[in-house]
Amino acid sequence: MLGIIGATAAASTLDLLAWSPPGWGANLLRGLLNSILIATGAFWLGAAIGICGAYGKLYGGPVLRDLLAVYTTVVRAVPELVLILILYYAGTDAVNQMLVALGYERIQLSGLAAGIGVLGIVQGAYATEVLRGAILAVPAGQIEAARAMGMPPVLLARRITLPAMLSFALPGLANLWLVATKDTALLAVVGFAELTQETRQAAGATKAYFTFFMAAGVLYLAISLGSGLVFGRLEAWARRGQPGVGGASK
Amino acid sequence: MRALLQPHRVVMLVLALALVVWCVLNLRWDWLPKYLPMIGQGIWRTIWILVVTTVLGMALAVPLGLAQAVGPWFLAAPARVFCTVIRGTPLLLQLWLLYFGLGSLFPQFPWIKDSSLWPYLRQAWPYAVLALTLSFAGYEGEVMRGAFKGVQRGQLEAARAMGMPRLTILRRIWLPQALHRALPTLGGEVVLQLKATPLVATITVVDIYSVASRVRQDTFIVYEPLLLLAVVYMAITGLLVLAFRWLEHRVPARVA
Repeated sequence: MLGIIGATAAASTLDLLAWSPPGWGANLLRGLLNSILIATGAFWLGAAIGICGAYGKLYGGPVLRDLLAVYTTVVRAVPELVLILILYYAGTDAVNQMLVALGYERIQLSGLAAGIGVLGIVQGAYATEVLRGAILAVPAGQIEAARAMGMPPVLLARRITLPAMLSFALPGLANLWLVATKDTALLAVVGFAELTQETRQAAGATKAYFTFFMAAGVLYLAISLGSGLVFGRLEAWARRGQPGVGGASK
Repeated sequence: MRALLQPHRVVMLVLALALVVWCVLNLRWDWLPKYLPMIGQGIWRTIWILVVTTVLGMALAVPLGLAQAVGPWFLAAPARVFCTVIRGTPLLLQLWLLYFGLGSLFPQFPWIKDSSLWPYLRQAWPYAVLALTLSFAGYEGEVMRGAFKGVQRGQLEAARAMGMPRLTILRRIWLPQALHRALPTLGGEVVLQLKATPLVATITVVDIYSVASRVRQDTFIVYEPLLLLAVVYMAITGLLVLAFRWLEHRVPARVA
Protein backbone atom coordinates (compact mmCIF):
# COMPACT_ATOMS: atom_id res chain seq x y z
CA MET A 1 0.00 0.00 0.00
CA LEU A 2 2.70 2.39 1.12
CA GLY A 3 4.84 1.39 -1.79
CA ILE A 4 2.09 2.01 -4.32
CA ILE A 5 1.36 5.47 -2.99
CA GLY A 6 5.07 6.17 -2.88
CA ALA A 7 5.57 4.92 -6.41
CA THR A 8 2.77 7.01 -7.87
CA ALA A 9 3.98 10.09 -6.02
CA ALA A 10 7.54 9.38 -7.05
CA ALA A 11 6.88 8.79 -10.74
CA SER A 12 5.96 12.42 -11.37
CA THR A 13 8.94 13.84 -9.52
CA LEU A 14 11.61 11.41 -10.65
CA ASP A 15 13.41 13.95 -12.82
CA LEU A 16 14.17 15.93 -9.65
CA LEU A 17 16.87 13.33 -9.07
CA ALA A 18 18.76 14.42 -12.21
CA TRP A 19 22.40 15.32 -11.87
CA SER A 20 22.37 18.95 -13.02
CA PRO A 21 20.85 21.87 -11.04
CA PRO A 22 17.10 21.59 -11.51
CA GLY A 23 17.67 18.08 -10.22
CA TRP A 24 19.27 17.37 -6.84
CA GLY A 25 21.25 14.25 -7.79
CA ALA A 26 24.65 15.90 -7.37
CA ASN A 27 23.73 17.08 -3.86
CA LEU A 28 22.60 13.62 -2.82
CA LEU A 29 25.76 11.99 -4.12
CA ARG A 30 27.90 14.61 -2.40
CA GLY A 31 26.06 13.78 0.81
CA LEU A 32 26.62 10.09 0.17
CA LEU A 33 30.33 10.70 -0.29
CA ASN A 34 30.46 12.62 3.00
CA SER A 35 28.59 9.83 4.75
CA ILE A 36 30.98 7.19 3.44
CA LEU A 37 34.01 9.33 4.37
CA ILE A 38 32.76 9.77 7.93
CA ALA A 39 31.76 6.14 8.29
CA THR A 40 35.15 4.96 7.01
CA GLY A 41 37.06 7.35 9.26
CA ALA A 42 34.95 6.51 12.28
CA PHE A 43 35.25 2.78 11.61
CA TRP A 44 39.05 2.85 11.48
CA LEU A 45 39.32 5.17 14.47
CA GLY A 46 36.95 2.86 16.31
CA ALA A 47 38.98 -0.19 15.31
CA ALA A 48 42.19 1.48 16.54
CA ILE A 49 40.54 2.41 19.86
CA GLY A 50 39.08 -1.08 19.98
CA ILE A 51 42.46 -2.81 19.61
CA CYS A 52 44.00 -0.65 22.33
CA GLY A 53 40.91 -1.09 24.52
CA ALA A 54 40.80 -4.85 24.05
CA TYR A 55 44.49 -5.22 24.93
CA GLY A 56 43.98 -2.90 27.88
CA LYS A 57 41.03 -4.90 29.14
CA LEU A 58 42.83 -8.23 28.72
CA TYR A 59 46.37 -7.42 29.82
CA GLY A 60 46.10 -4.03 31.56
CA GLY A 61 46.33 -3.35 35.27
CA PRO A 62 43.26 -3.19 37.51
CA VAL A 63 42.84 0.59 37.24
CA LEU A 64 43.08 0.63 33.45
CA ARG A 65 40.63 -2.26 33.24
CA ASP A 66 38.08 -0.49 35.42
CA LEU A 67 38.45 2.74 33.47
CA LEU A 68 37.87 0.89 30.20
CA ALA A 69 34.85 -0.83 31.72
CA VAL A 70 33.44 2.60 32.62
CA TYR A 71 34.12 3.84 29.06
CA THR A 72 32.40 0.93 27.32
CA THR A 73 29.48 0.88 29.76
CA VAL A 74 28.77 4.60 29.61
CA VAL A 75 29.07 4.84 25.82
CA ARG A 76 26.81 1.85 25.34
CA ALA A 77 24.19 3.14 27.78
CA VAL A 78 23.83 6.72 26.49
CA PRO A 79 22.09 7.37 23.14
CA GLU A 80 24.47 8.20 20.27
CA LEU A 81 22.57 11.41 19.65
CA VAL A 82 23.29 12.67 23.18
CA LEU A 83 26.92 11.54 22.98
CA ILE A 84 27.33 13.32 19.66
CA LEU A 85 26.06 16.56 21.18
CA ILE A 86 28.16 16.23 24.34
CA LEU A 87 31.34 15.25 22.49
CA TYR A 88 30.73 17.82 19.78
CA TYR A 89 30.44 20.74 22.20
CA ALA A 90 32.94 19.43 24.73
CA GLY A 91 35.38 18.41 21.98
CA THR A 92 35.28 21.79 20.25
CA ASP A 93 35.62 23.50 23.63
CA ALA A 94 38.56 21.36 24.69
CA VAL A 95 40.42 21.83 21.40
CA ASN A 96 39.90 25.58 21.56
CA GLN A 97 40.98 25.86 25.19
CA MET A 98 44.10 23.87 24.39
CA LEU A 99 44.82 26.10 21.39
CA VAL A 100 44.28 29.27 23.42
CA ALA A 101 46.51 27.94 26.20
CA LEU A 102 49.22 27.26 23.63
CA GLY A 103 48.82 30.75 22.22
CA TYR A 104 46.98 29.98 18.98
CA GLU A 105 43.73 31.36 17.56
CA ARG A 106 40.40 29.67 18.27
CA ILE A 107 39.23 27.50 15.40
CA GLN A 108 35.89 26.16 14.24
CA LEU A 109 36.21 22.39 14.22
CA SER A 110 35.22 21.07 10.78
CA GLY A 111 32.09 18.97 10.70
CA LEU A 112 33.97 16.12 9.06
CA ALA A 113 36.67 15.94 11.76
CA ALA A 114 34.17 16.31 14.59
CA GLY A 115 31.91 13.66 13.08
CA ILE A 116 34.73 11.17 12.63
CA GLY A 117 36.01 11.84 16.15
CA VAL A 118 32.62 11.50 17.81
CA LEU A 119 31.44 8.42 15.94
CA GLY A 120 34.93 6.90 16.30
CA ILE A 121 34.73 7.16 20.09
CA VAL A 122 31.27 5.54 20.02
CA GLN A 123 32.47 2.80 17.67
CA GLY A 124 35.56 2.27 19.83
CA ALA A 125 33.45 1.17 22.77
CA TYR A 126 31.67 -1.49 20.75
CA ALA A 127 34.85 -2.51 18.92
CA THR A 128 36.61 -3.00 22.27
CA GLU A 129 34.08 -5.66 23.23
CA VAL A 130 34.11 -7.32 19.79
CA LEU A 131 37.91 -7.51 19.64
CA ARG A 132 38.25 -8.61 23.26
CA GLY A 133 36.00 -11.56 22.54
CA ALA A 134 37.90 -12.34 19.33
CA ILE A 135 41.29 -12.26 21.05
CA LEU A 136 39.95 -14.57 23.76
CA ALA A 137 38.85 -17.00 21.04
CA VAL A 138 42.41 -17.41 19.74
CA PRO A 139 43.73 -20.75 21.07
CA ALA A 140 45.93 -19.88 24.04
CA GLY A 141 48.55 -22.42 22.96
CA GLN A 142 49.41 -20.40 19.87
CA ILE A 143 50.13 -17.26 21.89
CA GLU A 144 52.03 -19.23 24.52
CA ALA A 145 54.09 -20.94 21.82
CA ALA A 146 55.03 -17.57 20.29
CA ARG A 147 55.93 -16.25 23.73
CA ALA A 148 58.01 -19.35 24.43
CA MET A 149 59.94 -18.69 21.21
CA GLY A 150 60.87 -15.30 22.67
CA MET A 151 58.73 -13.20 20.33
CA PRO A 152 58.45 -9.57 21.54
CA PRO A 153 54.85 -8.49 22.37
CA VAL A 154 54.33 -6.16 19.39
CA LEU A 155 55.60 -8.72 16.89
CA LEU A 156 53.44 -11.35 18.59
CA ALA A 157 50.35 -9.16 18.19
CA ARG A 158 51.17 -8.43 14.56
CA ARG A 159 52.10 -11.93 13.46
CA ILE A 160 50.00 -14.23 15.67
CA THR A 161 47.18 -12.67 17.70
CA LEU A 162 45.73 -10.16 15.28
CA PRO A 163 45.70 -12.40 12.16
CA ALA A 164 44.37 -15.35 14.15
CA MET A 165 41.58 -13.36 15.77
CA LEU A 166 40.51 -11.73 12.49
CA SER A 167 38.13 -14.50 11.48
CA PHE A 168 36.38 -14.31 14.87
CA ALA A 169 36.24 -10.52 14.83
CA LEU A 170 35.02 -9.97 11.28
CA PRO A 171 31.29 -10.73 11.80
CA GLY A 172 31.20 -8.28 14.70
CA LEU A 173 33.24 -5.70 12.79
CA ALA A 174 30.94 -6.04 9.77
CA ASN A 175 28.02 -5.27 12.05
CA LEU A 176 29.88 -2.27 13.44
CA TRP A 177 30.59 -0.97 9.95
CA LEU A 178 26.87 -1.12 9.14
CA VAL A 179 26.10 0.68 12.40
CA ALA A 180 28.71 3.31 11.45
CA THR A 181 27.12 3.95 8.05
CA LYS A 182 23.70 4.33 9.65
CA ASP A 183 24.95 6.42 12.56
CA THR A 184 26.30 9.02 10.15
CA ALA A 185 22.64 9.97 9.64
CA LEU A 186 22.60 11.25 13.24
CA LEU A 187 25.05 13.98 12.27
CA ALA A 188 22.17 15.49 10.32
CA VAL A 189 20.82 16.62 13.67
CA VAL A 190 23.94 18.76 14.28
CA GLY A 191 23.50 20.12 10.76
CA PHE A 192 26.35 18.34 9.01
CA ALA A 193 25.71 17.93 5.29
CA GLU A 194 25.74 14.16 5.00
CA LEU A 195 23.25 12.13 2.98
CA THR A 196 20.22 12.41 5.28
CA GLN A 197 20.65 16.15 5.77
CA GLU A 198 21.12 16.78 2.03
CA THR A 199 18.06 14.65 1.38
CA ARG A 200 16.00 16.61 3.85
CA GLN A 201 17.07 19.88 2.30
CA ALA A 202 16.28 18.69 -1.19
CA ALA A 203 12.94 17.28 -0.06
CA GLY A 204 12.07 20.44 1.82
CA ALA A 205 12.89 22.64 -1.15
CA THR A 206 10.93 20.60 -3.69
CA LYS A 207 8.21 19.14 -1.43
CA ALA A 208 8.87 15.78 -3.11
CA TYR A 209 9.45 14.04 0.23
CA PHE A 210 8.77 10.50 -0.92
CA THR A 211 11.05 10.67 -3.94
CA PHE A 212 14.05 11.93 -2.05
CA PHE A 213 13.72 9.87 1.10
CA MET A 214 13.18 6.75 -1.00
CA ALA A 215 16.21 7.59 -3.14
CA ALA A 216 18.35 8.08 -0.03
CA GLY A 217 16.98 4.82 1.34
CA VAL A 218 18.06 3.03 -1.82
CA LEU A 219 21.54 4.54 -1.50
CA TYR A 220 21.87 3.43 2.13
CA LEU A 221 20.54 0.00 1.24
CA ALA A 222 23.07 -0.27 -1.58
CA ILE A 223 25.87 0.48 0.90
CA SER A 224 24.55 -2.17 3.30
CA LEU A 225 24.13 -4.88 0.68
CA GLY A 226 27.43 -4.02 -1.01
CA SER A 227 29.38 -4.11 2.23
CA GLY A 228 27.63 -7.38 3.11
CA LEU A 229 29.15 -8.93 0.00
CA VAL A 230 32.59 -7.46 0.69
CA PHE A 231 32.60 -8.63 4.30
CA GLY A 232 31.44 -12.10 3.22
CA ARG A 233 34.48 -12.32 0.93
CA LEU A 234 36.77 -10.96 3.64
CA GLU A 235 35.48 -13.50 6.12
CA ALA A 236 36.04 -16.36 3.72
CA TRP A 237 39.57 -15.04 3.17
CA ALA A 238 40.28 -14.67 6.88
CA ARG A 239 39.00 -18.17 7.52
CA ARG A 240 41.10 -19.79 4.82
CA GLY A 241 42.80 -22.92 6.04
CA GLN A 242 40.47 -23.28 9.01
CA PRO A 243 38.18 -26.30 9.24
CA GLY A 244 34.59 -25.38 8.37
CA VAL A 245 31.91 -25.27 11.03
CA GLY A 246 29.77 -28.40 11.26
CA GLY A 247 31.92 -30.41 8.87
CA ALA A 248 30.80 -28.65 5.70
CA SER A 249 33.78 -26.84 4.22
CA LYS A 250 32.92 -23.72 2.29
CA MET B 1 30.16 -5.82 47.58
CA ARG B 2 33.61 -7.24 48.18
CA ALA B 3 34.51 -6.45 44.56
CA LEU B 4 33.91 -2.77 45.31
CA LEU B 5 36.18 -2.76 48.35
CA GLN B 6 39.44 -3.37 46.51
CA PRO B 7 41.77 -0.46 47.30
CA HIS B 8 41.98 0.92 43.75
CA ARG B 9 38.21 0.80 43.36
CA VAL B 10 37.71 2.66 46.63
CA VAL B 11 40.01 5.39 45.36
CA MET B 12 38.19 5.51 42.02
CA LEU B 13 34.81 5.66 43.74
CA VAL B 14 35.99 8.53 45.91
CA LEU B 15 37.27 10.32 42.81
CA ALA B 16 33.96 9.71 41.01
CA LEU B 17 32.05 10.98 44.03
CA ALA B 18 34.26 14.07 44.12
CA LEU B 19 33.52 14.63 40.44
CA VAL B 20 29.78 14.38 41.07
CA VAL B 21 30.00 16.78 44.03
CA TRP B 22 32.05 19.19 41.90
CA CYS B 23 29.42 18.99 39.15
CA VAL B 24 26.61 19.64 41.60
CA LEU B 25 28.36 22.60 43.27
CA ASN B 26 30.16 24.28 40.38
CA LEU B 27 27.79 23.86 37.46
CA ARG B 28 24.60 25.82 37.01
CA TRP B 29 21.51 23.96 38.14
CA ASP B 30 19.28 26.94 38.98
CA TRP B 31 17.08 26.19 35.95
CA LEU B 32 16.18 22.80 37.34
CA PRO B 33 13.17 23.68 39.56
CA LYS B 34 11.50 25.63 36.79
CA TYR B 35 11.78 22.83 34.25
CA LEU B 36 11.19 19.94 36.65
CA PRO B 37 7.55 19.28 35.62
CA MET B 38 8.58 19.30 31.94
CA ILE B 39 11.45 16.93 32.66
CA GLY B 40 9.10 14.55 34.43
CA GLN B 41 6.71 14.61 31.50
CA GLY B 42 9.59 14.09 29.07
CA ILE B 43 10.86 11.04 30.95
CA TRP B 44 7.32 9.68 31.10
CA ARG B 45 6.87 10.14 27.35
CA THR B 46 10.22 8.51 26.54
CA ILE B 47 9.30 5.47 28.64
CA TRP B 48 5.80 5.41 27.15
CA ILE B 49 7.14 5.40 23.60
CA LEU B 50 9.72 2.75 24.52
CA VAL B 51 7.12 0.42 26.05
CA VAL B 52 4.49 0.87 23.34
CA THR B 53 6.91 0.41 20.44
CA THR B 54 8.69 -2.62 21.94
CA VAL B 55 5.38 -4.37 22.70
CA LEU B 56 3.88 -3.63 19.28
CA GLY B 57 7.19 -4.35 17.55
CA MET B 58 7.50 -7.69 19.32
CA ALA B 59 3.93 -8.57 18.27
CA LEU B 60 5.00 -7.97 14.67
CA ALA B 61 8.37 -9.66 15.08
CA VAL B 62 6.91 -13.04 16.05
CA PRO B 63 5.03 -13.57 12.75
CA LEU B 64 7.99 -12.08 10.85
CA GLY B 65 10.35 -14.53 12.52
CA LEU B 66 7.97 -17.45 11.99
CA ALA B 67 7.50 -16.58 8.33
CA GLN B 68 11.26 -16.48 7.78
CA ALA B 69 11.97 -19.62 9.77
CA VAL B 70 9.33 -22.01 8.47
CA GLY B 71 6.99 -20.04 6.20
CA PRO B 72 6.35 -20.85 2.54
CA TRP B 73 8.36 -18.74 0.12
CA PHE B 74 5.56 -16.21 -0.55
CA LEU B 75 5.58 -15.32 3.16
CA ALA B 76 9.29 -15.79 3.79
CA ALA B 77 10.47 -13.60 0.91
CA PRO B 78 8.49 -10.44 1.84
CA ALA B 79 9.44 -10.88 5.50
CA ARG B 80 13.10 -11.12 4.57
CA VAL B 81 12.87 -8.08 2.30
CA PHE B 82 11.16 -6.10 5.07
CA CYS B 83 13.85 -7.00 7.60
CA THR B 84 16.65 -6.22 5.14
CA VAL B 85 15.24 -2.83 4.21
CA ILE B 86 14.59 -1.84 7.83
CA ARG B 87 18.03 -2.99 8.95
CA GLY B 88 19.78 -1.49 5.93
CA THR B 89 18.58 2.10 6.26
CA PRO B 90 19.00 4.59 9.12
CA LEU B 91 16.07 4.93 11.49
CA LEU B 92 16.24 8.71 11.18
CA LEU B 93 15.59 8.39 7.45
CA GLN B 94 12.64 6.03 8.02
CA LEU B 95 11.22 8.38 10.60
CA TRP B 96 11.49 11.41 8.30
CA LEU B 97 10.12 9.43 5.36
CA LEU B 98 7.01 8.55 7.35
CA TYR B 99 6.55 11.92 9.03
CA PHE B 100 7.34 14.27 6.16
CA GLY B 101 6.37 11.88 3.36
CA LEU B 102 3.09 10.51 4.67
CA GLY B 103 2.42 13.78 6.46
CA SER B 104 2.58 15.66 3.15
CA LEU B 105 0.61 12.97 1.32
CA PHE B 106 -2.37 12.54 3.63
CA PRO B 107 -3.88 16.02 3.29
CA GLN B 108 -4.22 15.41 -0.47
CA PHE B 109 -6.91 12.79 0.13
CA PRO B 110 -10.24 14.30 1.23
CA TRP B 111 -11.52 11.05 2.74
CA ILE B 112 -8.56 10.90 5.08
CA LYS B 113 -9.03 14.53 6.05
CA ASP B 114 -12.70 13.90 6.80
CA SER B 115 -12.13 10.69 8.74
CA SER B 116 -12.22 10.59 12.50
CA LEU B 117 -8.54 9.58 12.57
CA TRP B 118 -7.45 12.95 11.15
CA PRO B 119 -6.94 14.72 14.51
CA TYR B 120 -4.43 12.02 15.40
CA LEU B 121 -2.75 11.95 11.99
CA ARG B 122 -2.04 15.65 12.29
CA GLN B 123 0.08 15.06 15.38
CA ALA B 124 3.64 13.79 15.33
CA TRP B 125 3.50 10.92 17.80
CA PRO B 126 1.64 8.37 15.63
CA TYR B 127 4.44 8.62 13.06
CA ALA B 128 7.06 8.28 15.79
CA VAL B 129 5.34 5.19 17.20
CA LEU B 130 4.89 3.70 13.72
CA ALA B 131 8.52 4.24 12.69
CA LEU B 132 9.97 2.93 15.94
CA THR B 133 7.59 -0.06 15.92
CA LEU B 134 8.52 -1.03 12.37
CA SER B 135 12.20 -0.61 13.15
CA PHE B 136 11.99 -2.80 16.26
CA ALA B 137 9.97 -5.38 14.33
CA GLY B 138 12.59 -5.48 11.58
CA TYR B 139 15.50 -6.12 13.93
CA GLU B 140 13.60 -8.51 16.17
CA GLY B 141 12.14 -10.43 13.22
CA GLU B 142 15.69 -11.45 12.45
CA VAL B 143 16.38 -12.36 16.08
CA MET B 144 13.16 -14.39 16.34
CA ARG B 145 13.98 -16.22 13.10
CA GLY B 146 17.12 -17.57 14.72
CA ALA B 147 15.31 -18.26 17.98
CA PHE B 148 12.48 -20.20 16.31
CA LYS B 149 14.99 -22.23 14.33
CA GLY B 150 17.02 -22.91 17.44
CA VAL B 151 14.25 -24.71 19.32
CA GLN B 152 15.03 -28.42 19.34
CA ARG B 153 13.16 -30.46 16.77
CA GLY B 154 12.40 -33.20 19.29
CA GLN B 155 10.34 -30.81 21.39
CA LEU B 156 8.08 -29.95 18.47
CA GLU B 157 7.91 -33.56 17.28
CA ALA B 158 6.92 -34.71 20.75
CA ALA B 159 4.16 -32.11 20.92
CA ARG B 160 2.93 -33.13 17.49
CA ALA B 161 3.05 -36.80 18.44
CA MET B 162 0.81 -36.03 21.42
CA GLY B 163 -1.72 -34.67 18.95
CA MET B 164 -1.40 -31.04 20.00
CA PRO B 165 -3.02 -28.62 17.56
CA ARG B 166 -0.55 -26.35 15.76
CA LEU B 167 -1.57 -23.13 17.46
CA THR B 168 -1.29 -24.76 20.86
CA ILE B 169 2.19 -26.00 19.96
CA LEU B 170 3.16 -22.47 19.06
CA ARG B 171 1.65 -21.02 22.22
CA ARG B 172 2.80 -23.65 24.71
CA ILE B 173 6.04 -25.07 23.34
CA TRP B 174 7.57 -23.19 20.47
CA LEU B 175 7.12 -19.52 21.37
CA PRO B 176 8.08 -19.83 25.07
CA GLN B 177 11.26 -21.71 24.25
CA ALA B 178 12.16 -19.36 21.42
CA LEU B 179 11.58 -16.32 23.65
CA HIS B 180 13.66 -17.87 26.39
CA ARG B 181 16.52 -18.40 23.95
CA ALA B 182 16.25 -14.88 22.60
CA LEU B 183 15.89 -13.18 25.98
CA PRO B 184 19.53 -12.05 26.41
CA THR B 185 19.55 -10.65 22.87
CA LEU B 186 16.17 -9.00 23.37
CA GLY B 187 17.45 -7.29 26.51
CA GLY B 188 20.23 -5.69 24.51
CA GLU B 189 17.83 -4.78 21.71
CA VAL B 190 15.44 -3.02 24.11
CA VAL B 191 18.36 -0.91 25.34
CA LEU B 192 19.15 -0.09 21.69
CA GLN B 193 15.50 0.85 21.21
CA LEU B 194 15.72 3.17 24.21
CA LYS B 195 18.74 4.79 22.60
CA ALA B 196 16.75 5.26 19.40
CA THR B 197 13.89 7.12 21.11
CA PRO B 198 15.55 10.57 21.18
CA LEU B 199 15.27 10.62 17.39
CA VAL B 200 11.56 11.35 17.77
CA ALA B 201 12.53 14.79 19.06
CA THR B 202 13.46 15.67 15.46
CA ILE B 203 9.78 15.40 14.49
CA THR B 204 8.57 17.57 17.38
CA VAL B 205 7.58 14.84 19.84
CA VAL B 206 8.42 16.21 23.29
CA ASP B 207 10.44 13.48 24.97
CA ILE B 208 13.17 13.99 27.58
CA TYR B 209 15.76 14.71 24.89
CA SER B 210 13.65 17.47 23.43
CA VAL B 211 13.08 18.97 26.90
CA ALA B 212 16.86 19.13 27.34
CA SER B 213 17.25 20.84 23.96
CA ARG B 214 14.57 23.32 24.98
CA VAL B 215 16.44 24.15 28.19
CA ARG B 216 19.59 24.62 26.13
CA GLN B 217 17.86 27.02 23.77
CA ASP B 218 16.04 28.96 26.50
CA THR B 219 18.92 29.44 28.91
CA PHE B 220 22.05 29.05 26.73
CA ILE B 221 23.35 26.52 29.23
CA VAL B 222 25.09 23.82 27.18
CA TYR B 223 26.58 21.10 29.35
CA GLU B 224 24.24 20.76 32.31
CA PRO B 225 21.11 19.66 30.42
CA LEU B 226 23.19 17.22 28.37
CA LEU B 227 24.73 15.78 31.54
CA LEU B 228 21.29 15.38 33.06
CA LEU B 229 20.15 13.70 29.86
CA ALA B 230 23.05 11.23 29.94
CA VAL B 231 22.31 10.42 33.59
CA VAL B 232 18.61 9.87 32.86
CA TYR B 233 19.34 7.50 29.99
CA MET B 234 21.94 5.62 32.01
CA ALA B 235 19.42 5.22 34.83
CA ILE B 236 16.75 3.87 32.48
CA THR B 237 19.31 1.55 30.86
CA GLY B 238 20.33 0.30 34.30
CA LEU B 239 16.71 -0.42 35.19
CA LEU B 240 16.17 -2.26 31.88
CA VAL B 241 19.28 -4.38 32.39
CA LEU B 242 18.16 -5.27 35.92
CA ALA B 243 14.63 -6.09 34.74
CA PHE B 244 15.89 -8.41 32.02
CA ARG B 245 18.34 -10.06 34.41
CA TRP B 246 15.42 -10.73 36.75
CA LEU B 247 13.35 -12.11 33.86
CA GLU B 248 16.17 -14.40 32.78
CA HIS B 249 16.58 -15.74 36.29
CA ARG B 250 12.88 -16.47 36.58
CA VAL B 251 13.15 -19.09 33.85
CA PRO B 252 15.27 -21.97 35.11
CA ALA B 253 17.93 -22.96 32.62
CA ARG B 254 19.96 -26.14 32.67
CA VAL B 255 23.55 -25.36 31.90
CA ALA B 256 25.22 -28.44 30.46
